[in-house]
Amino acid sequence: MTFALDHIGFDIGGVRVIDDVCLTFEAASLNVLLGPTLAGKTTIMRLMAGLDQPSTGRLLLEGKDVTGTPVRKRSVAMVYQQFINYPSFTVYENIASPLRVAGVAKAEIDQRVREAARVLRLDNLLNRMPAELSGGQQQRTAIARALVKRAGLVLLDEPLANLDYKLREELREELPRIFSRTGAILMYATTEPSEALLLGGSTITLSEGRVTQFGPTSTVYRDPIDIDAARVFSDPPLNELQVARQDGAIRDRRGRSLDCVGMLSDRPDGAYRVTFRADAASIGPAATGALSFPGKVVVTEISGSESFIHVDVGVGTWVCLVSGVHDWAPGQTATVNIDPARILVFDASGRRVQANALREAAL
Amino acid sequence: MRNGTLPKIVFIVYVLILMTPIYWLVKMSLQTNTDIMSGLTLFPRHPTLEKYFEIYNDPTWVHAFGVSLSYVAINTVIAVAVALPAAYAFNRYRFIGDKHLFFWLLTNLMAPAAVFAMPFFQLYYAVGLFDSIWAVVLAHCLFNVPLAVWILEGFVGGVPREIDETAAIDGYSFPRFFILIFLPLIANGIGVTAFFCFMFSWVEQLLATTLTSTHALPFAAVMTRAYSVSGMDWSLLAAAGVLTMIPGAFVIWFVRNHIAKGFALGRV
Repeated sequence: MTFALDHIGFDIGGVRVIDDVCLTFEAASLNVLLGPTLAGKTTIMRLMAGLDQPSTGRLLLEGKDVTGTPVRKRSVAMVYQQFINYPSFTVYENIASPLRVAGVAKAEIDQRVREAARVLRLDNLLNRMPAELSGGQQQRTAIARALVKRAGLVLLDEPLANLDYKLREELREELPRIFSRTGAILMYATTEPSEALLLGGSTITLSEGRVTQFGPTSTVYRDPIDIDAARVFSDPPLNELQVARQDGAIRDRRGRSLDCVGMLSDRPDGAYRVTFRADAASIGPAATGALSFPGKVVVTEISGSESFIHVDVGVGTWVCLVSGVHDWAPGQTATVNIDPARILVFDASGRRVQANALREAAL
Repeated sequence: MRNGTLPKIVFIVYVLILMTPIYWLVKMSLQTNTDIMSGLTLFPRHPTLEKYFEIYNDPTWVHAFGVSLSYVAINTVIAVAVALPAAYAFNRYRFIGDKHLFFWLLTNLMAPAAVFAMPFFQLYYAVGLFDSIWAVVLAHCLFNVPLAVWILEGFVGGVPREIDETAAIDGYSFPRFFILIFLPLIANGIGVTAFFCFMFSWVEQLLATTLTSTHALPFAAVMTRAYSVSGMDWSLLAAAGVLTMIPGAFVIWFVRNHIAKGFALGRV
């Protein structure tokens, strides 16, 4: 089964919230829809489900136009960020609900419900009411209902966002496995780049209602085609430096000459943005072959075995990821060394300046 | 002062003040007319159920009681049944003039019922509805339906839209979803709404008496029979008064849990 969005656009009150989205999904694929809050993830999922009608464009199932098909007649399942179940039904009836409506035989319903309940570890909760469950159990019930339907298109809208950390890790690991067996097109919306990387599959980066990139997750992460895709796929935020190339020299806004001419050697003069992720920078004495920026520590965030050091380098504040627990005091001087091989350069319009050849040479 | 005597005294005095008129009515209904007229007593000197039997044995009273209960019950059912889809639509859909229409419903509650008595009288007389249960049922819908829509809309809004959508994704047809999934979720709201419709219709007398003459005379109208050439039958009037309170008391008793929950959840 292939499912395609063909130039889908969507307006709310005259404002274009989804702009010209073209995507094609293959059966048994895992697709991560990655974008910040309000980027339009939920809207795209609602359009795909048929809950909203696109203002322009078509939805194609196996090449056939299904844009006008009512949601009731589509082979689709959806799990919301909020735990949505039928409060007046038991867990069993909640899971069985799509099968009951479809008129599946009683014995088969029972078998499929128990199978789904086993996979999602709800076996001994089947007679409870949703209100008597914990948040995680409620969401697992909703996921079981999506699973039992064996829909061709499964939409998970930030399904783990409201769950606690431990449960999230468990479910995140299980979810793709559970659904891959059904051969469904799985769409998973998230705001977190790390979640996309952990899930794998393909990633769609979404920025202000526009798809910026669609490809294998690792490729999108390593080779964002524009600055929006890179920003969406960076947490902590992408570190950016405005530079200008003039007469063969590259200078930042303060006029300091930078040792990265090679990256822009075949480029015309003009404004560029040199960017890098937190883990592409280290802190320490100026290293050879690295771009070094002296600065002052602004704040240190410790997250377990890693520390995020925010450093003010005069042309902006950057975040560097340092392994181990460090306790740099604010105001302390620190030198940020950027690994040139992991720099992403974009032109003034935000388009990626392909430095692939150079990158590979550096690696 | 927690659990002190003063709060207890205040509470008892409060309840006494509330109960006094009701007690007085019940007391009078158990007295004879001579007993009532012969001076102030706190308790009936010769308690008797005579007047209750008089009402029970008089077909006019019994018929009127049945008429009152019928039009109130039918009105409640119609008002809730009509208001449910309307409340759902007002909450879930955007359509041209939706907000104005919603407000316009409320304007029906702003005018006193007496204003509508005359036009209803003339209209029903013309179409032959005059002096029937349906005359009162339809007249009471005028203010009960908007009230019901208004109360229910708040309860509909308390149900997440995502439940509707999940049901659609699961393949439920709209009627099946509405009856099987949606109605149980707003059961409290329906209870509260039915309660209000019942009470409004039960205590409304002006339209009920204006639009009926003999066949469909409501209970309260029959109470005028207590005035006669031989004077006022105080005892009979009191007994009839006690009887009018009974259905309301029953309704409150049955929906008391829903109302407590309903008031917390909904808009009212």
